[in-house]
Amino acid sequence: MSVEEVVSTGAMRAPDAAGRFGRFGGRYLPEALIPAAQAVETAFREAWADAAFTTEYRRLLATYVGRPTPLTECARLSEALGVRVLLKREDLAHTGSHKINNVLGQALLARRMGKRKLIAETGAGQHGVATATAAALLGLTCTVYMGQTDVRRQEMNVFRMELLGAEVVPVTSANGVGTLKEATNGALRAWVNETEDAHYCVGSTMGPHPYPWMVREFQRVIGEEARAQCADRLPTAVPDVVVACVGGGSNAAGTFAGFVDTPARLVGVEAAGGSAVEKGKLGVLHGFMSHFLQDDDSQVLEAHSISAGLDYPGVGPEHVHLAETGRVHYTSVTDDQAVRALKLVTRTEGILPALESAHALAWVVDAAATGELAAGSTVLVTLSGRGDKDIQQVREHLR
Amino acid sequence: MSVAVATLEHHLRAARADGRRLLIPYVMAGVVPDWLDLVRGAAEAGADAVEIGLPFSDPMLDGPTVQQAAALATGRGGRPRSLLDELAGLDVDVPLVVMTYANVAMTLTPERGVGGFLDHLAAVGVRGVIVPDLPLDESAEYLARAAEAEVAAVLLAAPSCGDDRCREIARASSGFVYCMSSMRTTGERDALATTARETARRLKGMTDLPVVTGFGISTVEHAVEACVDADGVVVGSALMRMLVDGAPVAEVVDAVAAFRRALSSVGG
Repeated sequence: MSVEEVVSTGAMRAPDAAGRFGRFGGRYLPEALIPAAQAVETAFREAWADAAFTTEYRRLLATYVGRPTPLTECARLSEALGVRVLLKREDLAHTGSHKINNVLGQALLARRMGKRKLIAETGAGQHGVATATAAALLGLTCTVYMGQTDVRRQEMNVFRMELLGAEVVPVTSANGVGTLKEATNGALRAWVNETEDAHYCVGSTMGPHPYPWMVREFQRVIGEEARAQCADRLPTAVPDVVVACVGGGSNAAGTFAGFVDTPARLVGVEAAGGSAVEKGKLGVLHGFMSHFLQDDDSQVLEAHSISAGLDYPGVGPEHVHLAETGRVHYTSVTDDQAVRALKLVTRTEGILPALESAHALAWVVDAAATGELAAGSTVLVTLSGRGDKDIQQVREHLR
Repeated sequence: MSVAVATLEHHLRAARADGRRLLIPYVMAGVVPDWLDLVRGAAEAGADAVEIGLPFSDPMLDGPTVQQAAALATGRGGRPRSLLDELAGLDVDVPLVVMTYANVAMTLTPERGVGGFLDHLAAVGVRGVIVPDLPLDESAEYLARAAEAEVAAVLLAAPSCGDDRCREIARASSGFVYCMSSMRTTGERDALATTARETARRLKGMTDLPVVTGFGISTVEHAVEACVDADGVVVGSALMRMLVDGAPVAEVVDAVAAFRRALSSVGG
């Protein structure tokens, strides 16, 4: 059976006609945006079934992104932890994170739909950089909405986007906070205002249908490659445990899609200050129904994490569904744990992970120490991005 | 609320039958300490209904002015439940229509969902409700519960909606059909969008419900122009900006009166 066939029989299927994974998802948009969301859905369904589109997409992934990304065996880290750790190296993808996989798919789709502009929200800046990159590659204009707080924390990424020709618009809420939640509000408002010309390039497995599904499909290349690489490398063909960090949840969704039909235990790791799966309550934000951190007065709270990419009060709808069905175990780690894991991996392997990815690694470090991960077990961790962008945060945290 | 107020639709139809163009001012609940005086004053100044915004942390269809108004309200400690409690004691002769976002509608009474929210609105005397991020496809339960609670669920139609969609929206809407003037978030603008009249005209050809145009009605001239086709207008940001800038409630009531006077010249 090919990887595609195995995957299509697994538990991460397309959502139902209303865009729902179990109870979660849907399309909670103003009527004004419904035609635009429907057009994206129709275009994606057609494109994803069109060999010309998928061939062009695969070609760009190979020749532009540098896929397949390697699977790296971590000898010294494994020795230190007593478990065998393999890293799926999305940090080596062009632009430095997995975000480019999704963005190239959506940028090709935007061109196919005749759109001239990409709109994006960004937290850490990785999705913004990836979108600006794809826009440059395909000759589209690009506006990136970014929370004011993140504009400060990710100064170099802002400049990088501007170098790529994108306009970066800082977004502040009226009460002065500005992270990924505000950036998404800004991007959604821009989508209302520019729906004719612009495609909204959502950066994670969130937003209204079809985005959570479409973004997962564009990211499933992570899981498919890792599955094939593990089959080559491991006597058991699949690892015992597959781990990924979860903000909106796109690298995790793409990774899990490759292993959901195997016996592997799947673990999603959120930031302690943004653990929507565990601590969120059912609600609706940014076009979808999911779990969101909110108070008793129906106001959505700001998440708090050292990692801008995990600083989101909600989580993709499919993840909450996977948590409810029990197929994926979700947990969280603190800023301190993430930074300690970042240091450990940097010193033992010479790989500086993004703070987001360091959350997944921190769980491995912790689970190996407590025995939750049996000695000698094999763990695949998706290293979703490189940590160069985070050097300043890490330095401040360690002071 | 006065027992003389009939259902939202009956009230608006009766006003229209009298040759009036409908005026629906928007007031963010809690935006200033004396916001209830503004609701009362607007009713006395000739509003046909008053739209009451309940603050939400992430108002995706609102521009800067309404965002600021919501932040002022929450900054003063106003929350959807407490603001509805304040509204409960208000005695005005026009129907009140609450506008808020889906998260508030679904989670205000978490164990009872959207039905609990609608029952609560009915209990405080609210006659209509607008939830802009609940499109038709997500509205089956909401519409059924609204009908049970006898709260008119007002649906929005936008310039981007095709004729078939507009027809479905008009059929499912209660009270009136809210015509979004342009593909823009709420807020003041220099001119009325060309899509405003065209969208209202399309809707008027499909329904006998009152068609009320909102979003970007910034001046009395815009209101008059919109009412060439629409049965009325919602005026929001233009009024809320005055409060955000520190104007007293009495001045905002005067502004409502000015809209009334201008629309009276159109009516008939």
